[in-house]
Amino acid sequence: MALAGLGLLFFLLPLAGLIVRAPWNQAVGAITSPETATALELSLFCSLAATAIALVLGIPLALVLSRTTGNLRRLMRALTTLPMVLPPVVGGVALLLAFGRRGLVGSFLYQAFGIQIPFTTAAAVMAETFVAMPFLVIAVEGGLRSLDPRYEEAARALGARGWMVFARVTLPLLRPAIFSGAVLCWARALGEFGATITFAGNFPGRTQTIPVAVYVALETRPDSAIILSLILLAVSLAILVGMRDRWLGAL
Amino acid sequence: MARRLAVLSMLLVLAGCGGQAGASQANGGVLTVFAASSLQPAFDKIASQLDLNVGMTTGFNYLGTQTLTGQLQQGAAADVFASADTAHMTTLENAGLLSGPSKIFAHNRLEIAVQSGNPKGIHTLADLSRAGLVVVLADPSVPAGKYAQQALAKALVIVRPASLELQVTGVLTKVALGEADAGIVYVSDIVTSGKVDGVIIPDDQNVIADYPIAQLKTASNKSGAQAFIAFVLSPDGQAILKVAGLQGV
Repeated sequence: MALAGLGLLFFLLPLAGLIVRAPWNQAVGAITSPETATALELSLFCSLAATAIALVLGIPLALVLSRTTGNLRRLMRALTTLPMVLPPVVGGVALLLAFGRRGLVGSFLYQAFGIQIPFTTAAAVMAETFVAMPFLVIAVEGGLRSLDPRYEEAARALGARGWMVFARVTLPLLRPAIFSGAVLCWARALGEFGATITFAGNFPGRTQTIPVAVYVALETRPDSAIILSLILLAVSLAILVGMRDRWLGAL
Repeated sequence: MARRLAVLSMLLVLAGCGGQAGASQANGGVLTVFAASSLQPAFDKIASQLDLNVGMTTGFNYLGTQTLTGQLQQGAAADVFASADTAHMTTLENAGLLSGPSKIFAHNRLEIAVQSGNPKGIHTLADLSRAGLVVVLADPSVPAGKYAQQALAKALVIVRPASLELQVTGVLTKVALGEADAGIVYVSDIVTSGKVDGVIIPDDQNVIADYPIAQLKTASNKSGAQAFIAFVLSPDGQAILKVAGLQGV
């Protein structure tokens, strides 16, 4: 009981510290300042874009994963969950080595089309997608595994073809898993720092998302940093309260 | 039987480790130095020499000066602090975190880092404002970034950087990796890198960085801190700094 209390305290104290030490009298000014607005806008755009990409690529990936068996499945599973355990900065370095101007794919893009990916908003979106997509894939795969196959069988027995079965039977049944996976993915993308700053760099309005803005502000404008942190905290709390217990089931 | 042997040997290894730590404790102890990232090559060499002389183990925390200052203000424990500008040292002094006055131990100047062979043909600060060039600078909160802004202002050049890195070595890395065409770093960074070429910034546009060093009030290894600072200021230490591209005092 005492250990549980300690655990709870461990989570509670940092949040309490943030709320208690916040310069509330400067809060309104800080929230409406152009730098904060810029960082917030950029963070929302990048995280939503990352979630959209994760949905488009992740749901099919989860489908394939759930239908594969044996060693191939184990390999694919490891590959898709790797970004979850990889330190984000390492992810950023890997992205740089793949998509940078001298990267595996990036060098071809640069030499053939003059496309440079690092230091762009696209790079920030890619970094966030890389770290956040696994959450969606895992959630949807979990949902697929717990699906009752009889619904799909019945649909096929009644003459529906592959696409029809997927769109009209499977997807609606997967809705809770997709929803909770997408929300987790979005929350993770919103909070991404290490991969973003390594691959996309730091520039206000282009790649300075809120976590990066907090880090930069920490030394020179700590009050701004605290306010920005509170904004992210409020968003995270809203997500958790909105989801309640639903996301636990999906994992 | 095998299990007892395993436990016994483990205990012996642990005792041996403890013994060693005890031995170094008796000689020079462990020293914690917070230093600006541009000092890494020079200080690593200084530490390896000093540790050999006095039987000490020096550990470093190399980050942007502004990050280190923030950490120290938040209560991080260290023995010595070496800053890339006097402003951050003054901040700590005003916060009462220094055990005594700081001393300037080195100077540095800025240089433009370009890729090996200077493929984009950059020769002046003005070239950095060319369209299509990917230029990376240190964030203005970093001393090197602040100095870079001063130099660009002196040269009346406006640069649109692709990224504002949080430590000057980050700028160097981006150029060395080929992601950036140019960046403004310290002379010492280019000297010790070997992976990039440098373009000299003339004196009338350049900025002289003053590096102060000080012992911290929270120092747990006071003698080690004094030895480190003394060595840095000594002819041997100054020679190592000069080889690393810094200017001595």
